[in-house]
Amino acid sequence: MGQTLFEKILNKHIVTNIEDDLSQLYIDRMYCHEVTSPQAFDGLRKRGLNVFRPDKIVCIPDHNIPTQGQNLFVKDTISKKQIDILDKNVNEFGIKHYYPMCHDFNGITHVVGPELGFSLPGMTIVCGDSHTSTHGALGAMAFGIGTSDVEMVLATQCMFFSHPKTMRIVVNGRLNPGVTSKDVALYIISKVTTGWATGYFVEYAGETIKNLSMESRLTLCNLSIEMGAIGGIIAPDEITFEYIKNCQFAPKGKDLEKYLNIWTKLKTDDGAYFDKEIVFDASKIEPMVTYGTNPGMGIGINDAIPTIENVKKASQISFFKALKYMNFKPGERILGKPVDYIFLGSCTNGRIEDFRTFSNFVKGKKKSKNVVAWLVPGSWKVEKQIREEGLNKILNDSGFEVRQPGCSACLAMNEDKIPNGKYVVSTSNRNFEGRQGEGARTILSGVLVAAAASVTGEITDPRTI
Amino acid sequence: MEKFVTLTSTVVPLPIQNIDTDQIIPARFLKSISRENFGKKLFYDWRYDNNGRLISSFVLNDAFHKKSKILVVGENFGSGSSREHAVWAIADYGFKVIISSFFADIFKNNAMNNFVLPIVVSKDFLSKIFVSINQDSKMTLTVDLKNQLIINNFTKQSKNFVIKPFKKECFLNGFDNIDYLLSKKNKIIEYEHRCEY
Repeated sequence: MGQTLFEKILNKHIVTNIEDDLSQLYIDRMYCHEVTSPQAFDGLRKRGLNVFRPDKIVCIPDHNIPTQGQNLFVKDTISKKQIDILDKNVNEFGIKHYYPMCHDFNGITHVVGPELGFSLPGMTIVCGDSHTSTHGALGAMAFGIGTSDVEMVLATQCMFFSHPKTMRIVVNGRLNPGVTSKDVALYIISKVTTGWATGYFVEYAGETIKNLSMESRLTLCNLSIEMGAIGGIIAPDEITFEYIKNCQFAPKGKDLEKYLNIWTKLKTDDGAYFDKEIVFDASKIEPMVTYGTNPGMGIGINDAIPTIENVKKASQISFFKALKYMNFKPGERILGKPVDYIFLGSCTNGRIEDFRTFSNFVKGKKKSKNVVAWLVPGSWKVEKQIREEGLNKILNDSGFEVRQPGCSACLAMNEDKIPNGKYVVSTSNRNFEGRQGEGARTILSGVLVAAAASVTGEITDPRTI
Repeated sequence: MEKFVTLTSTVVPLPIQNIDTDQIIPARFLKSISRENFGKKLFYDWRYDNNGRLISSFVLNDAFHKKSKILVVGENFGSGSSREHAVWAIADYGFKVIISSFFADIFKNNAMNNFVLPIVVSKDFLSKIFVSINQDSKMTLTVDLKNQLIINNFTKQSKNFVIKPFKKECFLNGFDNIDYLLSKKNKIIEYEHRCEY
């Protein structure tokens, strides 16, 4: 029987089998940021250990960093301490790749890694961050881990890995105009719920996926964790190889040829077995918004919030708790609801394609006076491209400002917090209670819905203006 | 590490589904550089109001539950962010066992790595625990790891649970993960000769 793409990469990286479905896994690339790594480095220090393979680790502060005046100083002293500790750890342990705040290559780890060519097809990639699933878009086996695992990888370049089940999500057909890969992800999660893929590693396939750009694939794989999956992967193809060729640190010349030989074989064999398989029709997907407090609570932009009869009994407590938090009622529509903030950015939608899409939409229009808009590029490279392509001019003319890169309001660890009770249309990944600030009310969407809301000041179908 | 023995304890019930790690510990409390003292921040926004006063109706604020070592929660507990701080908060607060019908994968792994035992039970067994607590808030559960048995002492119902043999040995003996991996160093170096990257 043939193997799935995931199984091929997994099997290639097993150092020892500990028992059935539990192995010692070798990690090709680990990213560390400032929030989930200090305790891991400290653990090494207490044990008197070195970092085993410092050239395989990439360190980037992103969670805490300000998105204005980065070059001045970090006002929040506790944030500054975490950023400084990462700097100290990098130096003490001789980490090879380090991009501190304001460095040309700084930005959100999951934006920087792929765009610089640190993440490549067939690799095992981890980070103390659940959105590590993003890198699966390049055909890598990428997943988030906790700090104890970070410590194991620092010490041995290995970790324990419980083998998950496999799942294939197939999306067929053409996407409707105004529908993005973010909408595809929110649509899938709304159909299957937020915990449905727990215990599974997902492969995305089908015509719709094949036609997605690299940036759109990164967005889709990024959200795999929001349905509970350990990771999501897309078989590498010409789109992947073309993207990688332009990445600074990716293999070049003869080296690249050698790898291309290996990479073209990275696909699921005909007849390979998946534990679960589900097929979606792209033509059914509309621009999506969420109404609740997990990413599975999503609806098409013209649809109504479910009524209580349509919610399973065991989920009703959570359903009411979510609507109370959002101050929405069962059965009502989201369309036309007033919006206070919009957030464009994060490891989900902070890439150049997202800024192009947003800029094209708002070109010649004006930002609503009722809306505060935070536009945060995913990296300095994206920020530079925005300027080089003249997008900042379009945005400024429409009343928008581009901030400096970082995780920003996605998890509100820096100053970018949505105030209590305010509604934000956010292109990020989580609408959990308090995620974007204490009491903040998040409506997740794709870039176009956020752009439309920023112009009208209310939830608006982007196809209607 | 402390070895896990059989445990009998009263139970804190949270019959809510999809409790994410942002609820277990909000991001603004992640700025520490140590693993200690996160217990005070456990479920912070559910435990305290905007003025920092205890919300008396929240179950964890019930004085009776101060000594409970078992947390019982709705399905998909620990979803969202990979922050291990969530487990550090739960462990620091004093919980040794968490029970649900399923856990988010990264959370479950983090719990194991910190010797907090996540036990998966059937939906039916889980809902019976919640019903039992409703009938007698002082009811207890017993967890017998060696025999992989969980006992609802109110209904006298008992069920086996699953744990990987290796992980079970780690819990029973307090084995250290890094010591184990370091002992395989020659295998790692051998592997690296056939490594593509």
